[in-house]
Amino acid sequence: MFKFILIRLLQLIPVLLVIITLTFAMVRSAPGGPFSSERKIPEHILEQLNEHYGLNDPLHVQYFNYLKKIAPKKLDIGALLKFDLKEGLGTDLGPSTRYEGRTVNELIAESFPVSFVLGSFAILLALVIGIPAGTIAALNKNSAMDYGPMSMAMFGICLPSFVLGPIFALIFGLWLDWFPVSGWRAIGGFHWTENIPYRVLPVVTLSLYYAAGIARLTRGGMLEVLNQDYIRTARAKGLSTTMVTIKHALRAGLMPVISYLGPVMAGVLSGSFIIEMIFQIPGLGRHFINAALNRDYTLVLGTVLFYAVLIIMLNLLVDVIMVLLNPKLKFDS
Amino acid sequence: MDLKCNGEITAEQALSETGVALDWIRREAFVLIQTMKCHRLFKAPLFIFSLLILLSGCGPKESAVERANREGILLRGNATEPKTLDPHVATGVPENHIITALMEGLIAYHPTDNTAIEPGMAESFETNEAGNVYTFHIRDAKWSNGDPVTAHDFDYSYRRVLTPALACEYVTMLFVVKNAEKYFKSHSEPIPGEEPMAWEEVGIKALDDKRLQITLKAAMPYFPQMLKHYSWFPVNPRVIEEHGGISSRNGQWMRVGNHVTNGPFRLKEWKTNQILEVEKNPDYWDADNVKLNGIRFFPIESADTEERLFQAEQLHLTYMVPLHKLDLYKAENPELLRLDPYLGNYFYRVNVTQGGPLSDKRVRRALALSIDRESLTNNTLKGGQTPAHNFVPPGIKGYPTNEFLSYDPQEAQRLLAEAGYPGGEGFPTFEILYNTRDDHKTIAETIQQMWKQTLGLNVQIINQEWKVYLDAQSNLEYDVSRAGWIGDYVDPYTFLEMFTTGNGNNDTGWSNARYDEIIRTAPLAGDDIKRFAMLEEAEAILMDELPILPIYIYTLPYLIHPSLKNWNPKLLDNRNMKYIWLEQSGE
Repeated sequence: MFKFILIRLLQLIPVLLVIITLTFAMVRSAPGGPFSSERKIPEHILEQLNEHYGLNDPLHVQYFNYLKKIAPKKLDIGALLKFDLKEGLGTDLGPSTRYEGRTVNELIAESFPVSFVLGSFAILLALVIGIPAGTIAALNKNSAMDYGPMSMAMFGICLPSFVLGPIFALIFGLWLDWFPVSGWRAIGGFHWTENIPYRVLPVVTLSLYYAAGIARLTRGGMLEVLNQDYIRTARAKGLSTTMVTIKHALRAGLMPVISYLGPVMAGVLSGSFIIEMIFQIPGLGRHFINAALNRDYTLVLGTVLFYAVLIIMLNLLVDVIMVLLNPKLKFDS
Repeated sequence: MDLKCNGEITAEQALSETGVALDWIRREAFVLIQTMKCHRLFKAPLFIFSLLILLSGCGPKESAVERANREGILLRGNATEPKTLDPHVATGVPENHIITALMEGLIAYHPTDNTAIEPGMAESFETNEAGNVYTFHIRDAKWSNGDPVTAHDFDYSYRRVLTPALACEYVTMLFVVKNAEKYFKSHSEPIPGEEPMAWEEVGIKALDDKRLQITLKAAMPYFPQMLKHYSWFPVNPRVIEEHGGISSRNGQWMRVGNHVTNGPFRLKEWKTNQILEVEKNPDYWDADNVKLNGIRFFPIESADTEERLFQAEQLHLTYMVPLHKLDLYKAENPELLRLDPYLGNYFYRVNVTQGGPLSDKRVRRALALSIDRESLTNNTLKGGQTPAHNFVPPGIKGYPTNEFLSYDPQEAQRLLAEAGYPGGEGFPTFEILYNTRDDHKTIAETIQQMWKQTLGLNVQIINQEWKVYLDAQSNLEYDVSRAGWIGDYVDPYTFLEMFTTGNGNNDTGWSNARYDEIIRTAPLAGDDIKRFAMLEEAEAILMDELPILPIYIYTLPYLIHPSLKNWNPKLLDNRNMKYIWLEQSGE
């Protein structure tokens, strides 16, 4: 297993190099620059700005300088857990060209924990809703208990979050006044529990789409498993339906869900731009999109790189879990 | 200033379409919800939730605005995360809102009058007889770290602006000072073997701690107006030197804890994409008259989210209003909606360099005369905008607003025929370029229709992402392109200056020797009557040649809570925040 993980980690290096190179090439070939604006900057001022951010050097020099700056030079897990990439890895993602005096490291360290909290609660809620719903549907195939949850799931997949979010904010925030319409923490609050109401609507909105997907995948996986011989054997031994479902069927039936979770988790954890816009949440997703629009070169590269590492790590984690759950699979690179 | 009309707000479109649908749902579902509110079944979750809130120790009844009124804190939507708080680096409107609350220049803003001179850091000033030497008397004021504000601080600040390595985008504002431009050039492009100009030769001098003398290139009666712009605000030299020095852009000095200011408020908290809070500055010279205890700026990018927050009583003031909500507010809550006049012009640039029909001024005039601006502002935009019949927006004291352009389809058709395209025959298809945004699209479509109907021209409209569009416009890779311009200070010069030959903001390829000459000599005219007459002539040339087609004068639409007092319309949205106060309800 360790060899498997080691090999996968080594594969990370060429993959990231390709991603950095492609992103660098793409963002630099996009028309416009970080300092173009409706009110044009005087020529000599632009020159000075480019000088300050090192944008006057030839492109290949900038590219290798960037690689040199982001290459990991040390490892300090403690600092990494605080999202401090500078102390943790010696990685310097450079200064943001838009937000004066703020570094990309800083912006990510500030916004990722927010996205992380939002994302992990959303995934958790999605699992709590999706798996039971899918299981119940599979157990009652082609009955009302199947059609009910599944049509709800279809609804959840079809309704994009930019429709659902404002509707929730309107109904539960504005009219019923149960939750704040937007925001992430209570301004001038005294106790952390005051923040909880702020997080309900975004978490629910974000989770419903994934809950729907998870429900459908669970149902599919379970249906396949429930017809297999070992389930019939388990039943023949006299086990109750509950026991059969939980102990035998779910373990195999959840395989599709787990492989689906890898990329979903990376996406959700690094922020959902739409949810962050609607609910005014200071997460990574807003940086991810706005950086590209603002041609904030370093922030684009930084967020893409961060996202890439996250998705690769989570895929690795999912692969490991899959092998551990499914005896038919082996660690084999 | 940029940002007012750019496309940085993106998911906005998807969101605003949702907003239209939501309006419908709102009306239909309101009754249902009202019943739900009273129904026993729905009271259970409400009860549990109220319990939750009670347990966490906060009453559910008081809204954010009510609490803020009690605490004297203004809650303000402020569009985007500020790029910087450095007055010598900043450029945008959201930054302007924050910087003007934090800092004060020599001249401050009057609560109602756009051009009145309100004493700020300068208690008074006098000019010499020729009108080109200003002596400012600095008042007894303190920085928020206790340092006294002196004339030397201003001297240092202006030297900082003119330091090329700082790359201040508004450096040209200071070029009205004698030798300032030469100083800047000699330092940014030093001639080998020659000493760059010494600071002492520049017309800025601290005579002593209390007296600052500024010598201009010539008498410029509008100079005090320019001083209201934040590029003329002072910074504390000790603090700047401590955090990287005069040319450093590391931004360390403006962090919470490092930031030092001389204005009515000081920096309290700053969280990216979340909040920037300022509190009353007890060291401010006029602290006794500052009515608010603080201001919270929220960088809310989505107009719909902002409007919801306003409805939920979590904001006193919004930065914008969703277009599709304007009618609703006009009909149902007109007292909450403000449509203030704004010193800005929405217009189309015409690329005159292609040699085709668009290079013919008769064709451009035909295009300008066939735009029905009244119909556009009244039936399409509906945001209180004024049709633009000239280029310089109205409201500048002493400068006339002439009607150069009117809606005249017959004359337009005649001109087009005279140019060789009767009824649009043989006229090549051309494009209107705009940056991706709903309102620009609607306007482009309306004008496309008008040109088709009146002139028989085939026009296509294309949209581009913000930065791509900016690039296309400055490289003259367009036929007709949408544009907007907001004045930097209250004077026609800030509008007319940009169309001189080779000006970075010209972007039309248009050039006129007489126009250049007037723009060059007008600032030296001495008095405003002469100067305005010259600028009027320049505007007449511009409106005769028409490298640009004015469309409408901007308004500033926003929502305001009734408890916010003394919030008056200002042409440049510059307010002296010490005059603003909040009224507590029930008093």
